[in-house]
Amino acid sequence: MSTFLGMPAGRVPGPAADTAVGQLTGNRSFPAAARDALGDTRLRRNLAHATATIRAKRASVVGEVPDWEALRDAGSAIKADTMARLPELLEELERNVTARGGTVHWARDAAEANGIVLDLVRATGADEVVKVKSMATQEIGLNEALEEAGITAHETDLAELIVQLGHDKPSHILVPAIHRGRAEIREIFAREMPDVDLATLTDEPSVLAAAARTHLRELFLRARVAVSGANFGIAETGTLTVVESEGNGRMCLTLPETLITVMGIEKVVPAWRDLEVFLQLLPRSSTGERMNPYTSMWTGVTPGDGPQDFHLVLLDNGRTRALADDLGRTALHCIRCSACLNVCPVYERTGGHAYGSVYPGPIGAVLTPFLTGVTGGHDPNDSLPYASSLCGACYDVCPVKINIPDLLVQLRAEHTEAHAAAHRLPSAEAAAMAAAAWVMSDPARFARAGRAAGTARHGIRRGRPLLPLPPPLNGWTASRDAPSPPAETFRDWWARTRGGRS
Amino acid sequence: MRIALFVTCLGDVLFPEVGKATVAVLERLGHEVVFPQSQTCCGQMHTNTGYQHDAVGLVRHHVDVFERAIAAGCEAVVAPSGSCVGSVRHQHAALARREGDEALALRADAVAGRTFELSELLVDVLGVTDVGAAYPHRVTYHPTCHSLRLLGVGERPLQLLRAVRGIDLVELPAADTCCGFGGTFSVKNADTSTAMLADKMSSVLATRAEVVTAGDASCLMHIGGGLSRLRTGVRPVHLAEILASTS
Amino acid sequence: MSARDEVLARIRGALGDNPADAPPVVRAYREAGEHPPGSAAVVDQLVERLEDYRATVVRTRGADESVGIAIAAALDAVGATSSIAAPGVPDGWTSATPVCIRDVGTITPRELDRVDAVVTGSVVAISETGTIALDGSPRCGRRMITLVPDVHLCVVSVADVVQSVPEGLARLDPTAPLTFVSGPSATSDIELSRVEGVHGPRHLVVVIAG
Repeated sequence: MSTFLGMPAGRVPGPAADTAVGQLTGNRSFPAAARDALGDTRLRRNLAHATATIRAKRASVVGEVPDWEALRDAGSAIKADTMARLPELLEELERNVTARGGTVHWARDAAEANGIVLDLVRATGADEVVKVKSMATQEIGLNEALEEAGITAHETDLAELIVQLGHDKPSHILVPAIHRGRAEIREIFAREMPDVDLATLTDEPSVLAAAARTHLRELFLRARVAVSGANFGIAETGTLTVVESEGNGRMCLTLPETLITVMGIEKVVPAWRDLEVFLQLLPRSSTGERMNPYTSMWTGVTPGDGPQDFHLVLLDNGRTRALADDLGRTALHCIRCSACLNVCPVYERTGGHAYGSVYPGPIGAVLTPFLTGVTGGHDPNDSLPYASSLCGACYDVCPVKINIPDLLVQLRAEHTEAHAAAHRLPSAEAAAMAAAAWVMSDPARFARAGRAAGTARHGIRRGRPLLPLPPPLNGWTASRDAPSPPAETFRDWWARTRGGRS
Repeated sequence: MRIALFVTCLGDVLFPEVGKATVAVLERLGHEVVFPQSQTCCGQMHTNTGYQHDAVGLVRHHVDVFERAIAAGCEAVVAPSGSCVGSVRHQHAALARREGDEALALRADAVAGRTFELSELLVDVLGVTDVGAAYPHRVTYHPTCHSLRLLGVGERPLQLLRAVRGIDLVELPAADTCCGFGGTFSVKNADTSTAMLADKMSSVLATRAEVVTAGDASCLMHIGGGLSRLRTGVRPVHLAEILASTS
Repeated sequence: MSARDEVLARIRGALGDNPADAPPVVRAYREAGEHPPGSAAVVDQLVERLEDYRATVVRTRGADESVGIAIAAALDAVGATSSIAAPGVPDGWTSATPVCIRDVGTITPRELDRVDAVVTGSVVAISETGTIALDGSPRCGRRMITLVPDVHLCVVSVADVVQSVPEGLARLDPTAPLTFVSGPSATSDIELSRVEGVHGPRHLVVVIAG
């Protein structure tokens, strides 16, 4: 990226996130993984139902806010301002957290963050932690790192619990078990919850939620250490914020003696006042509620109330790489609402697992490659910027106005340039594109090519070519007829009927 | 008004009837249409596939051609494609800036400021919604993503269609969902694209329309290619062709 | 170099020598609602929004004794036989509920788990979102007591009801341990359909006083 076209001079990108640690990359390209997902009937039905439900809810509660666009503008501007002042704001956050009795740690990458958390847990002597749903800790693979060290991490968010008990992977930022229907969830609970009463366990969501309550209650009461993420960290006051629905977050943030919060450096916001914007944008975009049931805010340690030992781990892991690029920087504005996933026609059909990364959907297709870099080779993340028809529905709903289509296009350019830099010979596609550009940059050449296409119409019968087309063009004719080129191009018709008039 | 036609590369080579229809509508309304014959392509395919450097050459050519047309007295440039106008308006200057060519960016912005998608030109610039067309068929309208979101053409195409004599215009369910074309997306992610196309086709078929129309030949080529493969008997017809029809 | 110094150096490197000026933050959104705090319109909206998210709402006159009678009746209605109150609630609120103990900061989570209900005040309520804010003050109690019991009975004074989120936040001290409550605990994690009642109190009873 350091050589990337358009990066302003004088900027040095930080290192890419190491894809060997954590869960920022899958093992297959998007088209290959998507092919399997598209054939999974139950997945397709679950996703279509869930995304349609949430789209309608979001549209309804956003529609009742008269100043929605002004809030989006403010949210976008606050994030841009934050990125421009990031070093000062992080130092201010650190100062205020420390002044109120918390301890701040810095982690260059996933491995370092995992090591910090592991050491902190070990110091308490605990062999288990309760966890609030957190994208940052999923990104760095914290659960796996703790598990290797003999510490059990219990996910307590209902969807995370479904994923964990199902030995599965998350497929959505907000609702990691969106790919599961109620009947499958009942099966998982029946199989994995030791004390569950099978006679009364139905697939009613309220019954399943009650089963999760019973299952986790003892854990909450005995837990000594909790690990959370943070939605916002307020520099001005040192206040951390977690937005949630079930109360599992409050349990983790309140009952244990030790709280460890892992937060990406981009989650800082300048001032307390800024929350008045984000607390309006986030719940309506996310769960389609006017406000989520619970929001917790804490500043360092409060004597006699809540954890008395608080640690904040600030994580880079590729963020400074994205930060160096004007467009990549805007990907860091994301507040993880997942509205873009819910409206994306690609996500709705493939689900989140096809993206490989813990960040799926439109925002994942840009954030992941900005964090890990594109290699120009066959890294699965190289396929992510192409996993979009550029329909723009994501941009329309983004509460902080991230222009995801523009970012996708930029990453595609970054990918082809990385490929060109890494290979002596251009790819077949690059050669074809260069040839097309050569033809199209000259009217005479273009006119000749257009006439040649007309001749080629004799090679098409009933929409199918007489000879098999090479990949990727056969991807078109596999399911669609090709148009038959006309006998005369428009320009030839014009010349013939209007003479030389132009 | 003297209007320069940007017929688009796809319209020139594969769908000349769309360009002819655009000319017919504008001439019927008493305007003069010129066709700058050195035009080629806006470069959108290159841009969106990751070949920005190749695209900038096409942008420069496009700007040269239509700057000359404007200098020669054309007050507007029209294209029967929301997607190509979207590229002119939202990508050209940015591409030039990324290549460090600020002068080209300013010229591209000037050309973009005069460039309109057909329904925008008719409704906003020429102030017409009834173009004197007749089309006695059952028609459903797909609002194509770039017309809908990049340009925000909104109700304009529907206003034009509602004024067509004899038309039986039926609303398309889930109209604002992408058809799955997305340029090279349709071949790079052919399976996902096909899944999206299947849903779009079932929406079209649910309307029992004879004709599906849109303001973009590319999306229509995609939807029409699927409808043809399945022998559904539903035809894709560009908005310009309906507006040009008088029988 | 320490991780701290290195991360900060990376950020400065990524921003470059002359960071692009971020555009000024324009706050063109509504900072206050059209109805004044405590007005009938905002209280009615609060009631509607709370009930929409399945909270039970009781309205009463503002005198402590009236509130106390409403609390006793509400606790009875949900079948709560044991309860705990935040240390700073007025005596009158619990005088009609003799079984209600006061939190003195010693009860453990496990003991709390055997208490049916908790009685607290609140510091501000936001009508547009149906949100009640607790700030850990003696009237609102420690965070633990409003979390573990299955019934949260929360008294909102009419004077503390504002319309908009900005108005609500402006009344709070950010460094206090804050909890915003908007209805009983809920989840949308199964097929994105909202159901009430997970780990937090499954019953939220709001007594609006005044």
